[in-house]
Amino acid sequence: MALNLSAIVARHGGDPSRLVQILRDVMDAEGHVAPPVITALASTLGVSRGQVEGVVGFYSFLDSEPRGKYRVLFSDNITDELSGGHELRQRMLDAFRLELGEVSRDGLVSIGATSCTGLCDQGPAMLVNGRAIARLTPARIGAIASLIRGESPMDQWPDNLFVIDSHIERKDLLLSTPLSPGEAIDAAIARGAAATIDEIARSGLRGRGGAGFGTGQKWAACAAAHGGGPAERYVVCNADEGEPGTFKDRELFAHYTDLVLEGMTVAGFAVGAQKGLIYLRAEYPFLFAPLLAKLEERRRAGLLGRDVRGARGFDFDIELHIGAGAYVCGEESALIESLEGKRGIPRNRPPFPVTHGYKQQPTVVNNVETLAVAALIAKHGADFLRAVGTAKSSGTKVLSVSGDVARPGIYEYPFGVPVARVLEDAGARDTQAVQVGGPSGILLGANELGRRISFEDVPSAGAFMVFDTTRDMLAVVENFTRFFAHESCGFCTPCRVGTTLSAQMMKRLVAGKGSRRDMKDLAKVTQIMKASSHCGLGHTAGNPVIDALAKFRPSFDRKLRSLDVLPTFDLDEALAPAREATARDDAEAHFNEEES
Amino acid sequence: MTRAAVEIPTKKKLRVATTSLAGCFGCHMSLLDIDERLVPLLELVELDASPLTDIKHPGPCDLGLIEGGLCNADNVRMLRVFREQCKVLVAMGACAINGGLPAQRNHLDIRDCLQTVYLSGHGVERGFIPNDPELPLPLKQVHPLHDVVKIDYFLPGCPPSAEAIWQFLTDIIAGRTPHLGHGLIKYD
Repeated sequence: MALNLSAIVARHGGDPSRLVQILRDVMDAEGHVAPPVITALASTLGVSRGQVEGVVGFYSFLDSEPRGKYRVLFSDNITDELSGGHELRQRMLDAFRLELGEVSRDGLVSIGATSCTGLCDQGPAMLVNGRAIARLTPARIGAIASLIRGESPMDQWPDNLFVIDSHIERKDLLLSTPLSPGEAIDAAIARGAAATIDEIARSGLRGRGGAGFGTGQKWAACAAAHGGGPAERYVVCNADEGEPGTFKDRELFAHYTDLVLEGMTVAGFAVGAQKGLIYLRAEYPFLFAPLLAKLEERRRAGLLGRDVRGARGFDFDIELHIGAGAYVCGEESALIESLEGKRGIPRNRPPFPVTHGYKQQPTVVNNVETLAVAALIAKHGADFLRAVGTAKSSGTKVLSVSGDVARPGIYEYPFGVPVARVLEDAGARDTQAVQVGGPSGILLGANELGRRISFEDVPSAGAFMVFDTTRDMLAVVENFTRFFAHESCGFCTPCRVGTTLSAQMMKRLVAGKGSRRDMKDLAKVTQIMKASSHCGLGHTAGNPVIDALAKFRPSFDRKLRSLDVLPTFDLDEALAPAREATARDDAEAHFNEEES
Repeated sequence: MTRAAVEIPTKKKLRVATTSLAGCFGCHMSLLDIDERLVPLLELVELDASPLTDIKHPGPCDLGLIEGGLCNADNVRMLRVFREQCKVLVAMGACAINGGLPAQRNHLDIRDCLQTVYLSGHGVERGFIPNDPELPLPLKQVHPLHDVVKIDYFLPGCPPSAEAIWQFLTDIIAGRTPHLGHGLIKYD
């Protein structure tokens, strides 16, 4: 396959800020970004080679070395693991006689693991050359292995492999209020920009991405930035949805596309932006084409472009950016860096994106769900939202329910809903724990199921993973620590080192090789991460460990091999390579059981 | 523990053992750098096993100072003897705390290292990898002390300065919790 680099670069206007998108195209064409390509790209785009190489090295889905012609990545979320993902992965590895992460000698296939792909309601799941396949079974694995062996081109694979189901199980305000395209924009235009922001503020709408910052306040700050004078303002829709166990944005984009795009347009009108950017995670390739088609449709209908809905001077269009597999890019300043074609390392704040965001211009970054709700407020007014929810959390929350429940899927509830109610509706039995808001959120024990989803009590970015009493909570937490160790961007030491240490200690504890010291060190390391990391990833990476130590202490104690200090590695095994090299097998060449 | 059990003999000298595992003896040199203060120090401590006494195996001690990390089986065994014998065990210097310079080999396969040094290296003729049972086998990787036993105190530095060692020892002898403070804690 010949790589037409100049055509790819030209398609992106030779713009270095589109570097991540350019590299994605190179990956699609060649399967990897070879060092000569990195050199060529750097000189074409007028940036340093190190910058391009740094970006390639940063993102999981960009490779500088060839992977298999078929690149298989198994989703490694805990819900995939609990539904048999690891066994299926092993089955496929055995079929090709490969180790995890290895490329077959003929270059045909590589099999690896990736963080949650957002198909937790229909896992276990995988990505093959970026395309998502859900509901894996031994039979499906067998079929996929044969297709790969036969080197069947992916566009000739049976369509049913790529079907993504939709399980919208409960609709409330957001999911059941119809809105015709243009209605919310018209209402906003009629009300005026400043009054629209006031209306959003009065509704009490808070960010649905987890942090809960006041949306009206954010918009107002962006509109007022640089003295409110002329500036290039931007509206960014954060559809990175990397938090394991979250898949609500997937469904919102699949079935409420107009509502989300309408919300972005309303935000653009309110803050005085001309451009909107959607940052969509790469794990949702099935959304790309429909979304691009929808954008085109809205352009044709005068809902995007020049003088939107006939409002003179209101020019607004939306561009789609695809991520490349980095959880940290869900953090808004890292997301902006990524949009600018750089490594997704969170910025120092302040200044905040509302004054210095994309290309250092005033930028509003909102979650998909927040923007959808904003569209409804623009049309129906603040009281429409205030009528439901609680005092400090108006409106509803869309939850992605997965794990040990009879009916996993999307559930929308007014804020204030007790966790137990969600469990009942989803058909959960013998619940031992619920991870609300994903690994960085809160782990609730069985005695806390009366707590309520709201900013006052248990805030949530949307994940709701349920574990019944048959599950080993240590293994659950171990999966989370592994996730954070993989996703730490490496910029600051407390997080880079702390996440890896936590993962190592949890691994020992789960394997029954841990000691009381590991538990003490775990508590200490997680505290250090919380206190001294650069961004939210490090601040929250210790949460599942801290919660589990507090709430599932007996699970830890049962697994301890010793109350004393044990070696952190297998002593006898550490001598094995030297034994092999020297062909020794005498007593001194071993640590006996007592010593180990 | 009852008060009687921790009765501290007032006149008895503190028994101290020291050793260098995968280290360069630099920390021991730094210990000697306390110079003339060695004289009053020896009024207060009795040296057990140490390169300074050439006693190889420690008896029961109050304090053990260990320089160097763990690069082979003997290092691990000696560390465990120290842990058994010493009430208070101190990781002294960068190698004991982090593996230090010897840990530079951790990204290499130890088999390749042995191959290169004893078989295929430049100028090696009729080489063989030494396999006498008397020789300790190297570990796959170099480890810090606390990967194997509980360490009570960490004395950082490469080496820790004589002042830092003096401060540490005088605190321990006086029965205080050692405190180095600003200026004495150095990591290089």
